[in-house]
Amino acid sequence: MISLGTIGVILLVAILAPVFAALTGHGPNQQFYAPVGLTAQGQPLGPSAHFLLGTDTLGRDILVRIAYGTRISLIVGVFAAMISVAIGAIVGLAAGYFGGLTDTVLARFMDWLLAIPFLLLAISLVTVIGPGLVVLLIVVGGLGWATVGRIIRGQVLSIREKEYVEAARSLGAGPWRIMFIDILPNVIAPIIVYTSLLIPVSIVAEASLSFLGVGIPPPTPDWGAMIADSQSVFEYGAWWYLVFPSAALLITTLAFNIFGDGVRDAFDPRGGQLFV
Amino acid sequence: MTRFLIRRIFQGIIVMWLITVGVFLIFFVGPGPKSVPRALAGKNATPQVVAEVTRRLQLDKPLYEQYWHFVWLLLHGNLGYSFYHGQSVNSVLASSFPITLSLVIGAAIIWVVLGVLSGVLSAVRARTVADRLFTGLALFFYSMPTFVLGLLLLLIFYYELTIHGIHAFPATYIPFSQSPSGWLRSLILPWFTLALVSAATYTRLTRGSMLDVMNEDYIRTARAKGLSERRVIFRHSLRAALTPVVTQFGLDVGILLGGAVITEVVFSMPGVGFTAVQSIDQQDLPVIIGVVIVASAAVVVANIVVDAFYAVLDPRVRLH
Repeated sequence: MISLGTIGVILLVAILAPVFAALTGHGPNQQFYAPVGLTAQGQPLGPSAHFLLGTDTLGRDILVRIAYGTRISLIVGVFAAMISVAIGAIVGLAAGYFGGLTDTVLARFMDWLLAIPFLLLAISLVTVIGPGLVVLLIVVGGLGWATVGRIIRGQVLSIREKEYVEAARSLGAGPWRIMFIDILPNVIAPIIVYTSLLIPVSIVAEASLSFLGVGIPPPTPDWGAMIADSQSVFEYGAWWYLVFPSAALLITTLAFNIFGDGVRDAFDPRGGQLFV
Repeated sequence: MTRFLIRRIFQGIIVMWLITVGVFLIFFVGPGPKSVPRALAGKNATPQVVAEVTRRLQLDKPLYEQYWHFVWLLLHGNLGYSFYHGQSVNSVLASSFPITLSLVIGAAIIWVVLGVLSGVLSAVRARTVADRLFTGLALFFYSMPTFVLGLLLLLIFYYELTIHGIHAFPATYIPFSQSPSGWLRSLILPWFTLALVSAATYTRLTRGSMLDVMNEDYIRTARAKGLSERRVIFRHSLRAALTPVVTQFGLDVGILLGGAVITEVVFSMPGVGFTAVQSIDQQDLPVIIGVVIVASAAVVVANIVVDAFYAVLDPRVRLH
């Protein structure tokens, strides 16, 4: 319940990001020069009454940028997880239901996707296509579905032989009807559980890509990019630039992980029965 | 058993073949016939180098001949030539692989010890304060992005200590040949970064599977025989509970040997992952191709080893 409350707060921060900007009077990309937002030497300022969480390397308000950064994290986290689960469910259903050559081809394709190093493939793709929000969604969502596909496939393999599927088939139902009307509702539990467990994974994937410099292009506020940028002012003791965006990221992934564990326990109280 | 292994190896070969096709499509076909030699030669290549690349990789031939040539070189262990580095991809990887290897081996030892021990303690003392502490810590580190932990450790143990005049940990990697003790000190922070983030999964896995096993009849039998609790836990329960842990371990090591990208970047260690990220910046395609193929091969081999191990432990697997 605490996790759900935290997720609610995070969601509110994302929606109300402009309120943070209005209350502080600092825009997310507004730069404050020395002596307001930077020291006389051009270094970031620590937390103060004026800048609650301090300023970054360009004299921007870290609090406001963290609030705006929530949006990217949540959008990519939630939508990439949904894309992954949607592709995984469809491929898993098709592989498990049709079997034979379809299954062999799809299963080997999933092996292939799981064998290729995710980060390298993602970075190469972003470098080739060019960075942006949609590209991030496609890369993070489009590369992360193979695990889900495998699990749904396994479930479908056992459900396919059930009497009610046999009954539907003898009533003359076509393969698509059986797959989506008769089988899909019975694998909805792992689908929901996996969506909730994949959200923090996608958030970390997005932050990692941004950290490596292939995320949303600057100056859009993004947690991973802020953390990467903070490295340049370590030696001036600007701990706040690393600590606060890191804390935002960690609280978010922690809340979603606790929530995901809760969802799994709710669907599967005995543990381990869901994913045989 | 032999038939099972042969079938798994055959499947592995098919996956590797798919990977060469995928790589070929992305890098040799995707950019279009005019740009391929340029792309492979690197950003600042002269026309002579581009012509040389075309000749060496037979890029003027039809696609199926190019692909066959590419696979032929791979089968002979030749990963290509990096014109950016002016050396073969094999030697680029040969110099970066030992760094990744020393990072992964050290971290793996730490994470297995931490993860398995805390998992066993959690399971044995289920629902006590110790259990809640370990599961809480596991969840915390499980949610921790690798680069956040790495940078926080760097900030605390490198910058803060250095500011106070204590030079305990170097900021960058020191080769073993240069100074063995410096090498060890430069690896401690990366080891713990990688290990703490990974150990969390092992704590959760060990705890769950220990709890399952300890409900089995044969554990009750072992207790009824009058065995000491220590013997019941370590000889009888842990042994059976370790199967999923070993599976996870094999896959993790397989993936990481292809480059612990984030850890290497955070600590500027010129391992496989760092080299690959740099090559993407430098548009040094031959090195990227080499890393993708070697890293995928590591995962495929790890999968086969894990399956074989599984089949030895659990005869039921062989039937499927």
